[in-house]
Amino acid sequence: MNYHWNWKIFWDLTPEGSGTYLHTLLVGLLWTLATALAAWVIALVLGVIVGVIRTTPRKWAGRFCNGYVELFRNIPLLVQMFLWFFVIPELLPKHLGDAIKQMPPPWASYVPAVLCLGFFTSARVAEQVRAGIQALPRGQRMAGTALGLTLPQTYRHVILPMTFRIILPPLTSEFLNIIKNSSVALTIGVVELTAAARAMQEFSFQVFEAFTGATILYILTNILVIYGMRWVERRVAIPGFIGPAVQAGGH
Amino acid sequence: MFGQFDFGVITRNLPYLIKVGMAFTIELTILVIVLGIVFGTLLAMMRLSSIKVLSAFATAYINLMRSVPLVLVIFWFYFLVPYIGAWIIRSPTPVRVGAFLSSVITYSMFEAAYYAEIMRAGIQSIPRGQVWAGYALGLNYWQTMARIVLPQAFRNMVPILLTQTIVMFQDTSLVYVLSITDFLGAASKIAERDGRYVEMYIFAAVVYFVICVVISFLVRRLQRRIAIIR
Repeated sequence: MNYHWNWKIFWDLTPEGSGTYLHTLLVGLLWTLATALAAWVIALVLGVIVGVIRTTPRKWAGRFCNGYVELFRNIPLLVQMFLWFFVIPELLPKHLGDAIKQMPPPWASYVPAVLCLGFFTSARVAEQVRAGIQALPRGQRMAGTALGLTLPQTYRHVILPMTFRIILPPLTSEFLNIIKNSSVALTIGVVELTAAARAMQEFSFQVFEAFTGATILYILTNILVIYGMRWVERRVAIPGFIGPAVQAGGH
Repeated sequence: MFGQFDFGVITRNLPYLIKVGMAFTIELTILVIVLGIVFGTLLAMMRLSSIKVLSAFATAYINLMRSVPLVLVIFWFYFLVPYIGAWIIRSPTPVRVGAFLSSVITYSMFEAAYYAEIMRAGIQSIPRGQVWAGYALGLNYWQTMARIVLPQAFRNMVPILLTQTIVMFQDTSLVYVLSITDFLGAASKIAERDGRYVEMYIFAAVVYFVICVVISFLVRRLQRRIAIIR
C-alpha cells in the first residue's frame, strides 16, 4: 500500500479556476438534488394518477396503466437514460428534436435526465400507491359509496387521504432511490455529485479522498431525508394505523 | 416514422452483441447471484449474531452500501481492488485486475448488502422455537443454521430474492461507466461506430424488456405455487 493520502486536497483550488475541490463537490450535490427534486415532482404526479387508475373499476384504463408500470420497470435505468437522450429527439418532429438537442449545455442533458428519472420512478410510485390503496379495508370504499359520494369524491375524501399516510415510509425509500439513481445521469453529461467526484479525482489524482467526500455527502443527504420524513410521518400520523411493508426490490 | 432508420444494423452485428455482450452480462449475473447470496447470507447471520462486534460491522456495511449509489460503488471498487489485491499478496505496486473480475467483486459486494436484508427478513420469519429445538437435539450453531433455519428462510424468500435478481440483472448495464463491453456496452459501441443510436438503443431496450418480463412472469408463477404449498 503506497497510496499518498492528502486530506487537505479539498481546500486546494481546481485547475478550472472555479474554486476549491470542496466547492466542486458541493456544486455536484446541488445538481444531484436539483435533478432528484424535479424528477420527484414528475414521479409523484404521474405515479399517483397511474396508481389510482389501476385500482378503479375501469378495466381498459387499468390494463393500460399496468403496461405503463411494466414498461418502466423492466428496462434498465441506464438504457432509459439513453432512450431519452439519444432516441426521443430523433423520433420527434425534426424542428422539435433539433430544438431539444440545441439547448445550452447543462440543460441539454439535465432535461432528459429529469424526464427519465421522473418516468422511471413514477412506475415505482404507482406500484406503492396501488399497494397502499389495496391495503385499505374494502369497507371504506363501500362506506363512501353508501354515503352517496361519487367515485372521484370517494377517492378525494376517503381513500387518498388514508393512502398517502400509509405509503409515506415506502415513498421515503423511493425518494432516497431517486437521489441515488440521479448518479446514472452522469452518463449523459449531468455533472452531479458522483461526476463531480470523478472530475476531482481526474484533476487531483486523489482518488480515495474524492470518493470519500462524495460518499459522506450522500450519507448526510440520506440522514437528512430520513429524519425529515420521520418528522412528516409523525405530523400526519393517524393513531392506530401501521404502514404496510411493501417489499419491492431495488436500489 | 422509421423511414430513415436502418434496422439491418442489428442483424449484421447480432453475433457480436450476443457472443461478446450478452455472454458477459449473463456470466456476470450468474456469478453475482451465487456470490451475492453467499456473502449476503453470511452478512445477515452476522447482523443477527449475538456477538456485538460482528453485528455492528454487518449493520454498518449494509447501511453504507445501501446509502451510496451503485455508480459510485463501481468507481470505488474499480480503484480500490488493485490496492486490496496488492495488500493481500504483499506486492509493492497496485495489482492489475481485469474488468470482469473487478465487476464481479463490485457487484457481489454491493448486492450482498441487499440480499443480506432479504435473508435477514427470511431468517427472522422462522419461529425461534425451531432454533431451540435444534440446540435441544444437540446440533451446534452451524448445523442448526444450515439444516433447519436457512433452508426454510431461502424458501420463504425465493420470490423476493428473484425480484432483487431481476433488478440486479438490469443494473449490470451500469458497467458501461467503466467502458466494459456488456450487452449494453456492445450495443453502444456499435451505435457510436455506425451512428445508429436509435436502432441500437431501441433494440437493447426491447431485449432487456423481454428477458425481464419473462423472468418476472415465471417468478409470479413460482410465487403462486409456493403459496399453495404453504
